[in-house]
Amino acid sequence: MCGIVGLLVKTPALKERLGELMVPMLIGMTERGPDSAGLAVFGDSLAENSRKLSLYSGLTDDGADFNWHGLTHALKEHLDVDAHIDVKHNHAVLSFAVSPELVKRWLRENHPKLHILSTGRTIDLYKDIGTPAQVADRYDFKSMKGSHLVGHTRMATESAVTPDRAHPFTAGEDFCLVHNGSLSNPNSIRRKLTPAGIHFETDNDTEAACRFLEWRLREGDDLEVALQKGFDELDGFFTFLMGTPDKLALIRDPFACKPAVVAETDDYVAIASEFRSLAHLPGVKHANVFEPAPEEMYVWNA
Amino acid sequence: MERMTFDLASSSLTEMNTFLHKGLEEGDKRHISVLNPDGAHNIAVGLNHPVTVEIHGHAGYYAGGMNKHARVVIHGSAGTGVAENMMSGSVHVKGFASNGAGATAHGGLLVIDGDAGLRCGISLKGGDIVVGGSVGSFSGFMAQAGHMVICGDAGDALGDSLYEAVIYLRGNVKSLGADAQFEDMTDADYATLAELLSKAGMDHDPKSFKRIASARTLYHWNADANQEY
Repeated sequence: MCGIVGLLVKTPALKERLGELMVPMLIGMTERGPDSAGLAVFGDSLAENSRKLSLYSGLTDDGADFNWHGLTHALKEHLDVDAHIDVKHNHAVLSFAVSPELVKRWLRENHPKLHILSTGRTIDLYKDIGTPAQVADRYDFKSMKGSHLVGHTRMATESAVTPDRAHPFTAGEDFCLVHNGSLSNPNSIRRKLTPAGIHFETDNDTEAACRFLEWRLREGDDLEVALQKGFDELDGFFTFLMGTPDKLALIRDPFACKPAVVAETDDYVAIASEFRSLAHLPGVKHANVFEPAPEEMYVWNA
Repeated sequence: MERMTFDLASSSLTEMNTFLHKGLEEGDKRHISVLNPDGAHNIAVGLNHPVTVEIHGHAGYYAGGMNKHARVVIHGSAGTGVAENMMSGSVHVKGFASNGAGATAHGGLLVIDGDAGLRCGISLKGGDIVVGGSVGSFSGFMAQAGHMVICGDAGDALGDSLYEAVIYLRGNVKSLGADAQFEDMTDADYATLAELLSKAGMDHDPKSFKRIASARTLYHWNADANQEY
């Protein structure tokens, strides 16, 4: 079992309240996913030549005491990169105006235990072990602002309970995916992608789905084509919720083994595994509430 | 008649369910309103008395499950397994129902005004189900007794491995399951269907429905089938 939540606001004023509206959604999914939680927020885009990385220091020797400002000084010294860092406990968002590959290579060489959670111009990512309430509190989720987000509460079945195996998973730039379910062919997907130079960071089945779909998008498929290939190639039980800079997308396996419910008003689209995570939203009593059909694509534009 | 209200925004679900199990007397016909259900699971499960429970909002999993004698009305949608294993009485969902609605129901009437999800009426054991909208795939799988009335369309594998339950379908089916077949409607079918539609408050013409029942070819092991069904 796991819980997924997604929220996309249509009314610009609600962008300021994105995190505040989402936290009860995430906490509402605690029974479905008590061991870890995570969140990807899509906000205003950086300039075209800028990138940001979401970093996790919990697996380094210093943990939450990691010297983030030492990191920016070292980047200036070694790479002559002016980086800005925004620290929240054992997470930080590092932004700069050079090639992300340059910075990532340096990080992997000099801080191999620092986990790179996401890369892009719009995505910030936080995930850790703990109850959804603890994780939301640790990173002050309620203060998050942006146009849309993807969240997850995890009850691990396919791989260990560790921060790097929590969801959302990311691949490439500005793409993330959360999963409720279990795949039966993640290893054949890995064998297919590895020769294409795609590197996996964990043994988690969801990572295989995430990298497969991002690979299709990078190869030029539009989202709908990529999702159709996902239906053809990914076997097992799934409700997937994906985020890109301007879209939220949802699919369910043909047997609808894992739940999802959507509430849509003039102000927002909210998605959750169950209605109990949507019940607190403003105006939800008059929202269009529906259950997404199996093997159909649902895409909402931010 | 005595009326009671439980507001789940201010009192606990356990408190309400405890009352419904221990606070009622034999033959109690009270009218109970449930406010702010907010998708909670297990609302009004296992009732044993002819009370009326009206749930004002969306219910979570297993609402009205194992119902006996009671009349449960959900003014909203229902999650997975609404009225599962119902014994008697009725459950009426005014909105849509998720997967496994009315699964294994032995008796009683489940009415869903909107659509039902996948596996509606799976392993039905004698209950009746009337769906105003459409049903998802694998509905009526291994249904043994009782009736399913589907006023809209059905997904894949409708009535797969049916026993003696009968399905009446008004719309189209994507595919029938193994051993399910269309059959001619008899006068008895029209009478049964008219009564179920009337009880469900739906005014479709019984003549617009088709009957689906078991061809009974899977009832006995066929050693010559060479594992090809």
